[in-house]
Amino acid sequence: MSPPLRPDLRAIAGLVPQGAGVLDLGCGDGALLDYLKREKHARGRGIELSEAGVLACVRRGLSVRQGNLQEGLADYPDGSFDCVILAQTLQYLDDPVMVLGEMLRVGRRAIVSFPNWGYWRCRLELLARGRIPAAPDLPQPWHEAPRWQALTAADFADFCRRQGMAIGNAIYLADARVISAWPNLRAKTAVFALHCR
Amino acid sequence: MLVTPQSLVFAQAEPFVLESGATLQPVTLAYETYGRLNADRSNAILILHALSGSAHAAGQHAPDDTRPGWWDDCIGPGKAFDTDRFFVICSNVLGSCYGSSGPASIDPATGAPYGLRFPVVTVGDMVRAQTHLLDHLGIDRLLCAAGGSMGGMQVLEWAAHFPHRLRAAIPLATTARHSPMLIAFSEVGRQAIYADPNWNNGEYYGNGRKPDAGLAVARMVGHITYLSDASMQQKFGRRLQAREQYGYEFQTEFAVESYLKYNGNNFTRRFDANSYLYVTKAMDYFDLSQPTGSLAAAFAGATAVKFLVVSFTSDWLYPSYHSKELVRALYAVGADVTYLDIESTWGHDAFLLEVDTMTRLLSSFLDRLAQEEGIARP
Repeated sequence: MSPPLRPDLRAIAGLVPQGAGVLDLGCGDGALLDYLKREKHARGRGIELSEAGVLACVRRGLSVRQGNLQEGLADYPDGSFDCVILAQTLQYLDDPVMVLGEMLRVGRRAIVSFPNWGYWRCRLELLARGRIPAAPDLPQPWHEAPRWQALTAADFADFCRRQGMAIGNAIYLADARVISAWPNLRAKTAVFALHCR
Repeated sequence: MLVTPQSLVFAQAEPFVLESGATLQPVTLAYETYGRLNADRSNAILILHALSGSAHAAGQHAPDDTRPGWWDDCIGPGKAFDTDRFFVICSNVLGSCYGSSGPASIDPATGAPYGLRFPVVTVGDMVRAQTHLLDHLGIDRLLCAAGGSMGGMQVLEWAAHFPHRLRAAIPLATTARHSPMLIAFSEVGRQAIYADPNWNNGEYYGNGRKPDAGLAVARMVGHITYLSDASMQQKFGRRLQAREQYGYEFQTEFAVESYLKYNGNNFTRRFDANSYLYVTKAMDYFDLSQPTGSLAAAFAGATAVKFLVVSFTSDWLYPSYHSKELVRALYAVGADVTYLDIESTWGHDAFLLEVDTMTRLLSSFLDRLAQEEGIARP
């Protein structure tokens, strides 16, 4: 049996309809795609940078291409997927405007999960200790590769509004718990489902 | 694994019409098989060879054979193409000198070798000849076709023109259209052969004087293109061969020179110069984007075929962008594609040398494919 899905991936899976065509950007070892294929009968495809990730996906019987998201999704025709997923990768992108725009070109919906640097412990870290906080769920210091760019759930919501992307769902998580009150302060991870306005 | 070379003769009553409009009658194809065809004939894999390859892909012809088939690393019991599970076929190409109809074959019209009277063949002709082999073996649909370099071109030709006859396609280190640089290298090889006085317009079979010098140079150029700057550094460096100091003379001094000379000469003992002309010409004509100009159009019928496309980072002969272009065309028609650009320093030869990565990749891909098709594990 496969190990249980990470909480943000479980939340993402909950937003994927049965039988959907799914493109997972930065799909890693294919855990989410494998789950969606088995549980949602999804037609799953992935893009992954690492050779090890692609090999792991092939072992799971998934169809994945090795590639860099910064090269864009130019190979994919418009509207070729129901959902395009970007899980815990947004903070590493050099050009999030381009990638998110491309996601909404090739997919009808984009589902994005990312660490929320607005989480109270991160705020405290900077306020009390004067240190740039590592992401709540990715305990990786600022100087290590891949380099991240800190953002909060509120930052991303502002960004979506400015880019003309409508937020269909926003799910806030602290580990496996769903947060409803003061999410930008209390959530470690945010999951947004976007579509074009 | 002991194997027996086999051959099929077809087009005895009706001529085989080539893409050029010329005909061949009859046609011989050399082939080998490994493993057993299962009862529902669903476990057949067709292996396709590169420019200088033969049908002898795996195993030995005799117990004291020191050189196994050319892809023995990947074909055999328990290997990537597991012959305990799959029925593996390797077919020699038309135009070759390894038992199939080619310029060195006897022209039934004259009773003498064809020489340049042998019609020019294409990759499309090679593949259509292979469909006769499948018919002969009673196989409607292949589990997959796999091959690197020119073998990969044949895989793509199969997928584009006979998509209903294969479940999956594995083109490795290849292209869907031969580039001008590839044509240029082919032409240098051919010019080396033409320039050899022994070539004599292809008429050398009877006189015992073969264009060995020309063919050896052609092969040397070929070998350079199969390596990479890094692999040459690694393999030879500036090492001298069997000497300590420069001799200040025009002898084979560097290890890399010695390697090329050895391989060039060796090649003349196993390959026919006219076949080299025919097979390189076939590759040069290869362009699946014709006649429409669109590569995607070529694969419009192949949406049910599962593709595993592989390129290698240091392959400058068939650079990764060729494979990426292919992947783009396949995405455009909505085909099911897995693509991997394997990190390697071995150049074009990597598809034969990166055995560990290839074994992991091919084994898991084929295992999944076999499960989907209900082919039992051994």
